[in-house]
Amino acid sequence: MPPRGFKGFSSGHRRDNVTAHRLRPATAIAAVTGRATAAPPPVAQRSRSPRRPLPSARDSPNKAYRQTACTPPLHCTLCGNVKSSGDVLAKTAAFDEMFGHAAAGDGNVRDAYRAIRDWLDASPHALMETRKAQAELFFRRIGITFAVYGDPDAAERLIPFDIVPRILHRAEWTTLEAGLRQRVGALNSFLADIYGPREILRAGLLPEALVLQNPGFCLPMIGHRPAHDIWCHIAGIDLVRTDAHEFYVLEDNARTPSGVSYMLENREVMLKLVPELFHAVKVAPVEIYPEALLETLQSVSPNVGTAPVVVLMTPGQHNSAFYEHSFLADKLGIELVEGSDLAVKDDVVYMRTTQGPQRVDVIYRRLDDAYLDPLCFRPDSTLGVPGLMAAYAAGNVTICNAPGTGVADDKAIYSYMPEIIEFYTGEKPILNNVPTWRCREPEALGYVLDHLAELVIKEVDGSGGYGMLVGPHAPAATIAAFAAKLRAHPEKFIAQPTLALSTCPTLCDSGIAPRHVDLRPFVLTGSAGITIVPGGLTRVALDPGSLVVNSSQGGGTKDTWVVDD
Amino acid sequence: MLSRTAGNLYWVGRYIERADFLSRLIEATLRLASLPQSHGGATNAWESALAAAWMTKAYKDRGLVVDEAGVIAFLTIDPANPSSIRRCVEAARANARAVRTALTLEAWEAINGAWLEMQKFGTRLVDREALATLLETVKAAMQSFDGAAHRTMLRGDAYWFIRLGSAIERADNTARVLDVKYHLLLPRGETVGGSLDYFQWTTILRTVSALTAYRWVYRESVKPWLVADLLILNSQIPRSLASCYGDVLRYLDLLANAAGGRRGPAHRLASAEHARLRGLRIDTIFTNGLHEFLGKFIAGNNRLGEAIAEQYLF
Repeated sequence: MPPRGFKGFSSGHRRDNVTAHRLRPATAIAAVTGRATAAPPPVAQRSRSPRRPLPSARDSPNKAYRQTACTPPLHCTLCGNVKSSGDVLAKTAAFDEMFGHAAAGDGNVRDAYRAIRDWLDASPHALMETRKAQAELFFRRIGITFAVYGDPDAAERLIPFDIVPRILHRAEWTTLEAGLRQRVGALNSFLADIYGPREILRAGLLPEALVLQNPGFCLPMIGHRPAHDIWCHIAGIDLVRTDAHEFYVLEDNARTPSGVSYMLENREVMLKLVPELFHAVKVAPVEIYPEALLETLQSVSPNVGTAPVVVLMTPGQHNSAFYEHSFLADKLGIELVEGSDLAVKDDVVYMRTTQGPQRVDVIYRRLDDAYLDPLCFRPDSTLGVPGLMAAYAAGNVTICNAPGTGVADDKAIYSYMPEIIEFYTGEKPILNNVPTWRCREPEALGYVLDHLAELVIKEVDGSGGYGMLVGPHAPAATIAAFAAKLRAHPEKFIAQPTLALSTCPTLCDSGIAPRHVDLRPFVLTGSAGITIVPGGLTRVALDPGSLVVNSSQGGGTKDTWVVDD
Repeated sequence: MLSRTAGNLYWVGRYIERADFLSRLIEATLRLASLPQSHGGATNAWESALAAAWMTKAYKDRGLVVDEAGVIAFLTIDPANPSSIRRCVEAARANARAVRTALTLEAWEAINGAWLEMQKFGTRLVDREALATLLETVKAAMQSFDGAAHRTMLRGDAYWFIRLGSAIERADNTARVLDVKYHLLLPRGETVGGSLDYFQWTTILRTVSALTAYRWVYRESVKPWLVADLLILNSQIPRSLASCYGDVLRYLDLLANAAGGRRGPAHRLASAEHARLRGLRIDTIFTNGLHEFLGKFIAGNNRLGEAIAEQYLF
């Protein structure tokens, strides 16, 4: 008898370690400056039904919250004597999204959170735990997992989900949205400029070497004009909040930002778990994102006249964000392709289908520049498509985001963003930058070396919370070792003060307690302009006092609600 | 559809079918091995189970003794045996995950659920009860995948490639179990149909869930040539070779029609085999040798699998 047919599927299938691709969730260690005089600013008044009486401490899940929230988390407040561009810094407790700066026990709840507070008060801890377990079961069953590199046991891990939503009032969102539009518009102009006329360099606004010798600067893109001159079609901007009116941009993710699937799935889960809350609160929907994304991608097809064929290109199922890739391809109704599914003939990209080759117009790629085309970038990579860049240069296909956008999310370039925004828009930036020391500048380096224990030091091209130093948390030996690295290659690092990230009520073992959060809204740029879905991904640091929200470092996520009155 | 996607779906179908078959084989063998020898309880029951799963060599290469505990562990949860139920479920899931978008949520959940359940059993089975739970779980999960696919999937190439894989694998399994049993039970020259054989043959029918069907079709006691007739030529039984090839041909037709009617080499191989099965009578098969017939069929089935992969560029 002949042997039976067999198809092996080893874990090494279609993957080589050399070319393993790292997810780029932006880092959000924060740095924290609390603005000093933080009297809780007045919140918009609105008429509302009489508040429900506070339940007794015994049955209130908020009991633990009140206790912990009164004690400022120790290491958020270490910025006492940090010199930064004009900011007055002082030892204050972190801004809490529900209670503001008020002592949590005195019943002062910010307007946007009233319904949430009532809901928390009405839900015994056991019920909350049950809901949390249901949410986890849901995520596990549909396979929303996340891989952590270098940890075999965690090959497929859930990102912890917290069922207390994070609320943004419509007025807050409107400001954020305007700021995001302005910033991403400027980012696109900046990219078009530095790969084109380089006016900003001629104006001497930022050092030429910083741009042209940047590891993210992509030589083959010089002189190239992508369809509609759009470079960064999908951007994820990481924001942190330090006060009622104070948001900072922590990072711009202009390469292949991830996390949008969690924004969408978190909402799905919340709708299933707490439908009653959606009656009490009018939440802006996020489920239009896939459609907006598809329209954006279709709008930049280089081939007019034919229905554009859009594909999503993934490094494969061993990539940490593979779930998201398949999720998005599914929602958009487009093929999820790997490099080996594509081939280039006469500068045209085709995908191999059961009915023969089919032409591809737009590639939403979720792998880094270096792996796109072995003929142009890393020759040892098997993840990409030989000839892809030639087809791109010939204008036969659009790659989203364009290769070379990495230069815009470099952290040293980040420090110039206020100047960049003003240069291209003629307006003052709406969203703040975190004060940043560029270690390439000797004076800044000197200061940073003297204050390592107070600062957060990041690699200029790093991501995912890898390779950075959080001064206040680091043992002396680590700091010393980092100082040596810093002296050897100062140009590779920037430093920021440790910011007092806002906190948000979060379900913990002991009950509801404040945990630090950040926010990543997603900004889409197509030929018709910019689209931003109201909301984003809120990441939460689950350890008490921790400021690290990266999913690769054990952070969790929350649903983010933009609510109307 | 992407060729890689088609290939993965085809193998999802095959691995699901294989996991289901292994569970049934073990259940039937347990029943056989627990009978007293006077009633046909065979001491070589586990040997023949290994042979039917085509894993005798792999097992013996490990230097293991053929006994119940050893064979069961090897066929069910052994992570090192690439054809154990565990590995089939893992492979089905890995293939499904690679093409997650081609499946409906329900179909994916069934596979992912089976995989999650499988993790709970660890790498050792503690007792018979754990084994029974495992077999039930696998069978239920595989049926729930079939059901979910049937009820929720778009009738398009994704669905047809899964079904095509199932039909090819199913034909392979049926032919193998028939061949192995035939070989062990009927040494050349011995008369067929003694009472001892009864339980052995009903084991085969149990493996493919066709014992009751047999009675409805033939209304007489279990006879080897009728069992062979049922499992090879009767197109009413979903696991018979004729029935499987009817399916293969139907799905190939649907795929070809959707692609504008082009028919390739896989199509020609399948139609030829299907026509041959339809024209055959069981007497002819027995006259020419059942074993020879099945050997040829399995080889032809493998060739068809390769032709499909080639035609659709897997």
